[in-house]
Amino acid sequence: MSEAAIAGGAVAADPKRLAVASQWQLMWWAFKRHRAAMIGLWITVILYVIAVVPGFFAVNDPAKQNARAAYHPPQALHLIDTAEDGSWSIRPYIHPYVLKRDPQTLASIFTPDTTKKVYLKLFGQGFEYKVLGLFTASTHLFASENPNQPLFFFGADRLGRCVYSRIMEGAQISLSVGLVGVLMSLSLGVLLGGISGYYGGRVDFVIQRVIEFVLSLPTIPIWLALAAALPQDWPAVLNYFMITVILSLTGWAQLARVVRGRFLSLRTEEFVTAARLDGASEGRIIFRHMLPSFASHIIASMTLAIPAMILAETSLSFLGLGLQPPTISWGVLLREAQNIRSIATAPWLFAPGAAVVLAVIALNFLGDGLRDAADPYNK
Amino acid sequence: MLRFILSRLVWMVPSLVVVSFLSFVLIQLPPGDYVTTYIATLAASNEVVDQNTAAELRSRFGLDQPMIVQYAKWLGNIVTRGDFGLSFEWQQPVSDLIWERMALTLVLTFSTLLATWGIALPIGVFSAVKKYSIGDYLVTFLSFLGLAIPSFLLALVLMYIAAVEFGQEVGGLFSEAYVQAPWSFYKVLDLLHHLWIPVIILAVSGTASLIRVMRANMLDELSKPYVTTARAKGLSEFRLLVKYPMRLALNPFISTIAWLLPNLVSGSIIVAIVLSLPTAGPLLLQSLMSQDMYLAGAFVLLICTLTLIGSLISDILLALVDPRIRLE
Repeated sequence: MSEAAIAGGAVAADPKRLAVASQWQLMWWAFKRHRAAMIGLWITVILYVIAVVPGFFAVNDPAKQNARAAYHPPQALHLIDTAEDGSWSIRPYIHPYVLKRDPQTLASIFTPDTTKKVYLKLFGQGFEYKVLGLFTASTHLFASENPNQPLFFFGADRLGRCVYSRIMEGAQISLSVGLVGVLMSLSLGVLLGGISGYYGGRVDFVIQRVIEFVLSLPTIPIWLALAAALPQDWPAVLNYFMITVILSLTGWAQLARVVRGRFLSLRTEEFVTAARLDGASEGRIIFRHMLPSFASHIIASMTLAIPAMILAETSLSFLGLGLQPPTISWGVLLREAQNIRSIATAPWLFAPGAAVVLAVIALNFLGDGLRDAADPYNK
Repeated sequence: MLRFILSRLVWMVPSLVVVSFLSFVLIQLPPGDYVTTYIATLAASNEVVDQNTAAELRSRFGLDQPMIVQYAKWLGNIVTRGDFGLSFEWQQPVSDLIWERMALTLVLTFSTLLATWGIALPIGVFSAVKKYSIGDYLVTFLSFLGLAIPSFLLALVLMYIAAVEFGQEVGGLFSEAYVQAPWSFYKVLDLLHHLWIPVIILAVSGTASLIRVMRANMLDELSKPYVTTARAKGLSEFRLLVKYPMRLALNPFISTIAWLLPNLVSGSIIVAIVLSLPTAGPLLLQSLMSQDMYLAGAFVLLICTLTLIGSLISDILLALVDPRIRLE
């Protein structure tokens, strides 16, 4: 009954397929029915593709400053080009902005010049960027046909740097911090939780006290203290690595608890006893028999832990304790939006915040769907 | 019950010693000490400090002794005289600086806790009773949104809206006239007038997760036979809800205080920095940056104490609400 319900309408018509389906297949069928989770999955995939090759999606060099474009407002992208004779075609373009100075305050005023059009080329050539530090490329998803006319989809910041391109670039660090941090806390959590749950007894008691202690620590003051302890002049890579270590130091305890609980309940199951009586080694019992039966749960709780890490990195970098400029992450970008004056002149500096919210929502929906799909007793 | 509380209180002592030692080590971890920071500030204004003065300063602050001695002295003074040491940066006893800020932090945390429960409880019950209605979908979507927005971002957006739309400066917990004023009835009123903005900001993420918890708990309870029995007996729908399933659904709710309280205390730090509230957060950050270790250490110690007390309170409440739970 429950299995038929998992597989849902289309598959239920073919009971033979259902009977031989593997656990992962059943999970995938259950997952596919969860519409919000599917949307979350797609957005997550797109975001991680951007994180792998941010240069391809960027339109301007994210580090390039342009004094004449300081606080350049976002340009609207027009998709349909209407010619003078009334015919139209799909050809994306933008109107260039003209910079004027207010004669009294000398403040810069940007006004769109609707008589001119700058066309965009798909897969055009632009600035050179590195792909994962391996090779260089210069093809972009969008490129301006006129290289002297920069595009600012999301406007420009105080130094005239393109906010859109910087968000794309920041995705690499912000999204990978979550992944690397969760992998780190997962290895620690599975190791300690596994030992604790499998052996029980005194080892379990000690590890449990340690976990309780770590969980009772207020995370943010500890992060602040640890992050403040990092020397400010460390190279960016080392700094990045240390921040992920700091974030995972407090994150492993939760996972260790889940793993321990699972091990404890599985230890007395018949199939584990059978394997033990068969003379299987401890390593084989743990990795071949026990781990697969709760791997899906671990994956789901991992997915739900990634957004928490992303938020943590953002908060730390925002406070100036995490990653330091010129490293680009979403938290570092949000530092530009720190004072009320600059966001009052340039509200588009909030855009990196929208990226954070989108990524976190997508991952939360994905994790939620995975958790439901992984539960075999879920109707 | 009394024995349980006593043993938990006794257990808190070693935890706090470990925490305070940990924070002490953490604060001293960066190269240099407060005197280095101090000399750097003086050098920025073209004042030169020679080695002798620096050594003299170090010995006056006790920074030339080994760390373990410094720690033992600090802890000894706290236990015997309630003396948290001297803040280097402010040249004032730490206890003069922290108590008012800690009190305001507590006020903020408790108001947030009340607001969170006040919003999350009815909405959670509503969205479970009206499962899969438009209202439920809306609540679910909003609560996911609330989980995803970092609280400091929400604070910034509210500040932006207040500044641009209403031309009002948001920030602080008091009007200018009351910042230095002694406590009075009108100062409390002024505090309440400013308190609601940070309370709402902080309550958003807590509310979002509690709504999810409450909805899931209620859904588990609503399908149970005793609910059908109660309905068959002719109990009104409202009394039925409040009397049985809600009481049971509250159980996991209360165990969340254990992490809600520390989360709130921690979470309020960043919001407090953004909104420049006179609570513990901004001062803690500043003291960490300048290695003002007694001040930072006192804050971390007090926040950890609050956290431990919070988890104790949640355990006691749990036993009170659910008679099946016996604390041994």
